Amino acid sequence: MSAVTRIVGDLRQGWGRYTVIGVPYLFLIVLFTIPFLVVLRLSFSQADGASFADLTSYTDGILHIQIKLANYIYLATDDLYAETYLSSLKFAAINTGLCLFIGYPFAYFMVRSPVSMRPALLMLVSLPFWTSFLLRVYAWQGLLDDEGIINGLLMWVGIIEEPIQMLRTSFSLIVGMVYTYLPFMILPLYSNLVKMDMRLLEAAKDLGCGPLKAFWLITVPLSKNGIIAGSMLVFIPSVGEYVIPTLLGGPDNLMIGRVLWDEFFANNDWPMASSVAVTMVLLILAPLVIFNRYQSQTGGDR
Amino acid sequence: MDSRFGRFWLAMGYAFLYIPILTLVVLSFNESKLVSVWGGFSLKWYGVLAKDEAVIDALFLTLRIAFFSATAAVILGTLAAFAMVRYPRFFGRTTFSAHLNAPLVVPEVITGLSLLLFFVMIQNLLGPVEEWGPFLTLFKNTFGFPEERGAFTIWAGHASIGMAFAAVVIQSRLIEMDKSLEEAAMDLGCKPFQVFYLVTFPQIVPALLSAWLLTFTISMDDVVTTAFLSGPASTTLPVLIMGKARLGLDPTINAIATITVAIVACAVFAGSLYMFRQEKKLAAEAAAAYRDAD
Repeated sequence: MSAVTRIVGDLRQGWGRYTVIGVPYLFLIVLFTIPFLVVLRLSFSQADGASFADLTSYTDGILHIQIKLANYIYLATDDLYAETYLSSLKFAAINTGLCLFIGYPFAYFMVRSPVSMRPALLMLVSLPFWTSFLLRVYAWQGLLDDEGIINGLLMWVGIIEEPIQMLRTSFSLIVGMVYTYLPFMILPLYSNLVKMDMRLLEAAKDLGCGPLKAFWLITVPLSKNGIIAGSMLVFIPSVGEYVIPTLLGGPDNLMIGRVLWDEFFANNDWPMASSVAVTMVLLILAPLVIFNRYQSQTGGDR
Repeated sequence: MDSRFGRFWLAMGYAFLYIPILTLVVLSFNESKLVSVWGGFSLKWYGVLAKDEAVIDALFLTLRIAFFSATAAVILGTLAAFAMVRYPRFFGRTTFSAHLNAPLVVPEVITGLSLLLFFVMIQNLLGPVEEWGPFLTLFKNTFGFPEERGAFTIWAGHASIGMAFAAVVIQSRLIEMDKSLEEAAMDLGCKPFQVFYLVTFPQIVPALLSAWLLTFTISMDDVVTTAFLSGPASTTLPVLIMGKARLGLDPTINAIATITVAIVACAVFAGSLYMFRQEKKLAAEAAAAYRDAD
């Protein structure tokens, strides 16, 4: 009797297990893996509109596989694409550097604030997440426009005579990116720094270490994981950014997300857009793999 | 480091984060269409907004999609979080976890493009739906897909992105949760479903709520994926705003922004009030429990 109930119990648990794992797994495969395979496949076909001509065909007892590398060859040989990829990486790197420069001291001072104030400070950082990202980026149009608030203020004070062009330049693009991604840098740094044992700094002080030196020798190395996590969270999405370069960037600020968009919507070249997407994934995959490997290594050390 | 310098840095940082939002709010009440000229206080742009049927339609479509996609995302995210936390070993777990986290890092243009191509492929494969029998016809009449892309395809895309975010939130709650309560319930003869319903579920409700709110916001806010997945008759509010913003400054956008900020502020206020009360209640209960034990 007990054996029977156990088997029934096992089966029932097994059924639960299959649902819990299977349903989300299936959903991910259908809405993530297969779509990406479709992109991969289309990237090897030719630009004749939106056709899904088979890459493989079976005629006269021979299996034909046709892979057209035309898109990739074009991507590799056309200077525009190489420049676009490089400039996307450049803007993402500048953005990450600036976010770290502003965000690290910010998170540090948040942690050094009185404990009672910390929840409020933390909430104020994450609050902008809840308002529309698009609207917050749009706000910078009004601030940086030739007839915008900043130019108006500067001319009113008398520092400048003529408006400075700030909107649709690399400057406005970078301001918009830093503004959008700063919380993504601050939050992981904060949750890393808050766990740090402050007694270490006191010990350093007792041993005659100055505050700046203690910061550099103790705080920064201990927060390495937070720095890496924050940098990844900023760098990876900003490589493929579309909205910010479109609303704030200049015509010569090439960003790969925008090129993909134009390739798709303006030129209607679906295979080319797919090739750009595949190359972009490869581009982000590299830092991601390094990050994962690093994480598993440090995990193994402990 | 000097604490005055610290306070200055924090103040500058918060100013940087909040001044743009504040300018939108202030400008929404500006009579003048020009940003740098204050033409006096006016509710004119709200009036323009209220009469704009395209905006109203887009708002309701956006809310509908956000509601259903957040709900689906939380259900799927809960399952995925349980799979990750409670089953340390199963076939393809590494792939599963990589898949689950992918939407968090894959650029939206790629998510959008791949989902669109996938839906187009399905449309092409299926052809005219009527030939596939009453079930698919009913599906088409209810959701509009695969006849044309629109609310349904946007919903599916948002649900799959939201699922990843929901799973992260719920996972962290599950990890820190005390498992001994579930084991106790099991020992006292609860069936697995009862354990979930009576013990686990009440404990993860706050995480489910915040996951729902987060995915709702993500869906409400999404431009890029939505632009790829929308059809001719389905413009969501962000897509509409993006179209206006590309053409330059538009005071009605300021009015939309102010309304959003007001709603978020109210929600945050209500939320913190609720949390505060809940904590007080819990503390009082704990104190009472200790008193009884003595």
